[in-house]
Amino acid sequence: MVTQVAPEPTVEAVQRALAEVPDPELPVLSVVDLGIVHSVDLDARGIWVTILPTFVGCPALDVIRASIADRLSEFGLPVQVDTTFEVPWTSDRISPAGRRALAAVGIAPPSEPDAVRCPFCASASVAMDSAFGPTQCRSLYYCRACRQPFEALKAV
Amino acid sequence: MTVAGGQPARTRATAPVPHVEGLDELLRSMADDEFVIGFSDSEWTGIAPLLEEDIAMSSLAQDELGHAQALYGLLAEVTGAADADTLAYDREPADYRHARLLDHGRGDWAMTIARRYLYETSDAVRLAALAQASWRPLAELVGKLVREERYHLMHVGLWLERLATTGGEPRDRLLAALGMLGPDSGTVFTPLPGEAALLEAGILARPMVELERDWRVGVAARFEGLRLPGLPPTQDPARGRTDHGAAFVWLHGEFTMVRRSDPAATW
Repeated sequence: MVTQVAPEPTVEAVQRALAEVPDPELPVLSVVDLGIVHSVDLDARGIWVTILPTFVGCPALDVIRASIADRLSEFGLPVQVDTTFEVPWTSDRISPAGRRALAAVGIAPPSEPDAVRCPFCASASVAMDSAFGPTQCRSLYYCRACRQPFEALKAV
Repeated sequence: MTVAGGQPARTRATAPVPHVEGLDELLRSMADDEFVIGFSDSEWTGIAPLLEEDIAMSSLAQDELGHAQALYGLLAEVTGAADADTLAYDREPADYRHARLLDHGRGDWAMTIARRYLYETSDAVRLAALAQASWRPLAELVGKLVREERYHLMHVGLWLERLATTGGEPRDRLLAALGMLGPDSGTVFTPLPGEAALLEAGILARPMVELERDWRVGVAARFEGLRLPGLPPTQDPARGRTDHGAAFVWLHGEFTMVRRSDPAATW
């Protein structure tokens, strides 16, 4: 018989678990790679996670909160997920691994609008089609070198 | 806030709400501005002139509604209102305090671009005057809003240029729209009740009249470069955020329709 034992709740263990929670709009990134985890606190009463919204009106926030609470439920403690604007989320918070993962799926990692490079052929000969793409955090570009349309994360 | 598995671990320490006269009016005017322009522009969803613009206008609208929600959230802290939705949906048209610039009906594409250009440039000047607000939750939110509004300005600025420099019908329509909006163009800067207290408390850095002057200088330079006529002074500044007309009453009916059908529903 196998007994499910709740893993030891430590900040490190919680961070490792958070690294497995995907962002719902950019599932190749975890919430940790995206840089939205602001703080993790815990004690015998529960686990307290504060996240930074990427965009003020991000419609994915409820899903993110719920998936974090769900993933951390294995620790057997109450989980509270709050949001804060105490520090602004900026696209610089995306980890190097996160930037590589984005490029691998054809989304240019964030950089200033005139410094975006094509995620497929790395050409700098690109043009912004529209500042606004399929989600609040993305813009639409076209690569003149490989003639491929692509998306870029907004640099905010 | 999401709580799973029982009681919250602890409550978040929040900055105490300062008792400053006019803080509610400031937040209400900003939230109503963002809400009304966001809702107006969402009317283009599905019918914008280009697919990319349909997406862009919808995304802009989504940003503005998100900003409104955050600002209504702060307003709820100040006034003790139940939540952002109560503030957004449960008021009569006469109780909204958005600028009269946003009171005109959607109109054509040129009207939408002209209105948004005048609004975005005004909002940028207003946000800059709130960036150092002594109430931290407001300053923090403003810091975040500015980063997003930068893309709005960039986008609408390109459209203004495109319409202004393409002769014939595009330019004619832009001129007609600016003619219609002109007398209301400065109404984002309508002096607020309690403004002196906001200045005194270090929430608003400079009076609205000064902000309006800066804004007019910036817009005049841009318009001159595009050979567009200058903007007239505000007509009837005392009613810059009140006495909304029939177009807003209609819009209000639209955006409260679902809420009124079942006020207790959760979404």
